[in-house]
Amino acid sequence: MYLPIIVVVVYSFNESKLSSVWAGFSLKWYDELFRDKSMLSALGNSVLLALLSSGAAAVIGTLGAVGMSRAKLRGAKTIELIATVPIMAPEIILGMVFLAFFSLIGLPFGMLTLVIAHTSFCVPYILLLVKARLAGMDKSVSEAALDLGASELQAFFTITLPQIAPAIASGMFLAIAMSFDDVIISVFVTGVNTNTLPLKIYTQIKTGVTPKTNALCAIVFACSAILAAVSSRVGKKSA
Amino acid sequence: MKTWRFRKAAAFLTALPLYVFTIAFVAGPLVLMVAISFLSRGESWGYVLEPTLRNYKGIFEPAYTAAFAQSIKLALVSTVASVLVGYPFGYFMARLSPEWRSRCMVLLIIPFWTSSLMRLYGWMTIFRANGVLDSALMAIGVIKEPLKLLYSFPAVAVGMVYTLVPFMIYSVFSSAEKLDWSLVEAARDLGASPAQAFLTVILPLTMPGLYSGIVLTFIPSMGLYFIADLLGGSKIALVGNIIQEQMMRVHNMPLAAAFSVVLMGLTSLCLLAYRKLAKTGELEGLIQ
Repeated sequence: MYLPIIVVVVYSFNESKLSSVWAGFSLKWYDELFRDKSMLSALGNSVLLALLSSGAAAVIGTLGAVGMSRAKLRGAKTIELIATVPIMAPEIILGMVFLAFFSLIGLPFGMLTLVIAHTSFCVPYILLLVKARLAGMDKSVSEAALDLGASELQAFFTITLPQIAPAIASGMFLAIAMSFDDVIISVFVTGVNTNTLPLKIYTQIKTGVTPKTNALCAIVFACSAILAAVSSRVGKKSA
Repeated sequence: MKTWRFRKAAAFLTALPLYVFTIAFVAGPLVLMVAISFLSRGESWGYVLEPTLRNYKGIFEPAYTAAFAQSIKLALVSTVASVLVGYPFGYFMARLSPEWRSRCMVLLIIPFWTSSLMRLYGWMTIFRANGVLDSALMAIGVIKEPLKLLYSFPAVAVGMVYTLVPFMIYSVFSSAEKLDWSLVEAARDLGASPAQAFLTVILPLTMPGLYSGIVLTFIPSMGLYFIADLLGGSKIALVGNIIQEQMMRVHNMPLAAAFSVVLMGLTSLCLLAYRKLAKTGELEGLIQ
């Protein structure tokens, strides 16, 4: 599992421009990387995109799961099925339909379209995790709170929310990771001026690679390793 | 009665954002996709409102059926390889002590969370002519000529399996974890050989995980066009590559839509088959 990652990280310290020759240890590619303005702006876009879409998905997904658990709603099963299509269907289909859809309703391609598209595949993670958590929860506690005179809102914020918080958090982490990694959907819905990090890496890999790409990948790897470690901590606490 | 009504209305209001978002931004675009697939191609971009079946006929052009065949072949190869690698892995992971199990989990999760592009790029460095693999094999004398594996079917298959095998491992693991080991012991006590115990007890009980893993590797492998693009060069064209090309370069949106509809149909068939076989709608280990 780790072999390709190690190869990339090792070669990011390679002095030589050619990936087949090892010419000694160097940090110059990292230096060049941090001077590349377009790279930094792509990074900024990716971070913003991941935060916005996982945030929006957290609200939509959590509320949806809570609402559906409270009463038998008409069409709940169908909505849930459709809502999970974005993580079931091959991503290429999503990219294609979003491109067609956004051009039909005339939304300008850019951050907004990216956020909507990414939110669509972030929602299912949160919806499913929160739903599973709610199913395993003791309902009598929040019912007791209601009997003792708490309002629905009070019961939600003091009893339900703290209990489902870990599920929301791990869903969000997963959503952030997925959004941060997405190439396929982003290719279709991004605008001319909005580049995300994976798109940038993709173009670089396609058109002649420099060790700068390796350096970038190494940094991205470090970030996701940290994110994964934090998330598994959070997950452990919830278990 | 009144409070019950009130609570139902409140529950509906809470779920409303999900309903609105799902209908507007998931169902809507999907319906649009189906509609476009029956329309004619526009002059330079998009579509015009002239119903036609031409797009579905277009799929049967030899170049496209070849792509479908290749996609399915690749999906089958990657799924079988993922089962062979992922099943034992997930199974033995479930047998580890809880401490080692969670360590294993973290080790598995990290690459999974790492940019898939970056990992593919690592494979490109490895497979490149005279790259890491060729140099290593030539150094130990296994081969004399560089293999030049990059831009070939095996390279794409390795990349695919590598990207998708974690799904298989999770699925098998989550199903093997729930297994009641006393059943296996009982079978052994009653005289079953290890192989018999595996075939008659363990395998049937971990089947749901295996099915779910198969679905989770088979479906995405048909659409992950960038793996074929990076590791296969232009030699390997999958359905995903065709959709991407028709959409972004040729600007034939209706044809791309028709391809997507067919791919979506295949996906639904897989999921239906899964529901029938595993007798549940929920996929094991989809999100751990």
